[in-house]
Amino acid sequence: MIIAERKPIDEIMAMLQGVKRLLLLGCKGCVTVCSAGGEREVEILASLIRLGKKKEGQPIEIIEAALTRQCDQEYIDSIDQWDGQYDAILSMACGVGVNFIANLRPVTPVFPAVNTTSFGGSQLQGVWTEQCAGCGNCILHLTGGLCPVARCAKSLMNGPCGGSQDGKCEINPEVPCIWQHIHDRLHRLNKGESLTAIMPIRDWSTAGHGGPRKTVRDDLTV
Amino acid sequence: MSDFTPDIRAFVCHYTSQQSCAAGAEGMAAEGFPANVRLARQVCTGKLKVSTLLAAFEDSADGVYVVGCPADQCHNAMGSQRAAKRVLAVRKALQELGVEPERIEMFHLERGLHPEFIATARNMDTRIRALGVGPFKGETA
Repeated sequence: MIIAERKPIDEIMAMLQGVKRLLLLGCKGCVTVCSAGGEREVEILASLIRLGKKKEGQPIEIIEAALTRQCDQEYIDSIDQWDGQYDAILSMACGVGVNFIANLRPVTPVFPAVNTTSFGGSQLQGVWTEQCAGCGNCILHLTGGLCPVARCAKSLMNGPCGGSQDGKCEINPEVPCIWQHIHDRLHRLNKGESLTAIMPIRDWSTAGHGGPRKTVRDDLTV
Repeated sequence: MSDFTPDIRAFVCHYTSQQSCAAGAEGMAAEGFPANVRLARQVCTGKLKVSTLLAAFEDSADGVYVVGCPADQCHNAMGSQRAAKRVLAVRKALQELGVEPERIEMFHLERGLHPEFIATARNMDTRIRALGVGPFKGETA
């Protein structure tokens, strides 16, 4: 899923200077699962914004809602019901949702309430780690299912580098060296030999270096 | 400032507050429980939501505190630990808003310790009086 975390309150309050009627939109997708922008977080942020505004002596009216998904045209159209009742929209969705809402409302200020950090998973309760970089050209079949693009600090294709120490990365002793794990795992699977093959220089055009990516499925379009 | 009587909200664990509440409002007052502290008993402080604590401030509270079981003796295993984390989240948020984080506090008290329960309320009352009127008394939306 997409991992996000709420922006600092002062950054959000600075965006809302002069805003007196706000539509605060959560998303029931990934940001609900990672507790950054679901219904509960909308309730908390609305309260914090009201408190912040109250402290400044600038009252604000907030409409609180959480859409099924903000990354889906089918669900964002539902904000029509609040037309004329807000001056700005603050989205607690990931960057995708914010873009979708901004596309939908060309003349309304739309602000992000969260920082979208990574594609990851919940390792422990309250702990999320990046596992995928969305590079558009998956090589997990060559690396034992462990991603060096997302999980190696240098995104090396032929690691590890000289900074790997006792299975840890030189950037931080708490970060595992994923190439050490790839080596260990491939040997466990009796596929250690595959590591002798040198991976060629990578074509990053699928990773966004060729511009915004678009996926079209002719079997699904109508 | 001397005539300032703070509005304090206390969210208290059912079990931790049982003995104190058994004395009744008059009994507690007789022992020195401040009249300006409003008690809200919880089945477990672990059930408290961050938004409930913030709502107390929105409702013009000058100070808020939570009394739960000792961290390792919660009747519901980790309830008071969860409450402590939520109080911490509100403290952090208050700090971000430029407000004294001391306006909210978590206390872990043994069950049945009547004097400590009263003393905690008095300490919080003293603290909030010293901090002065809360910053959220402005005009509401």
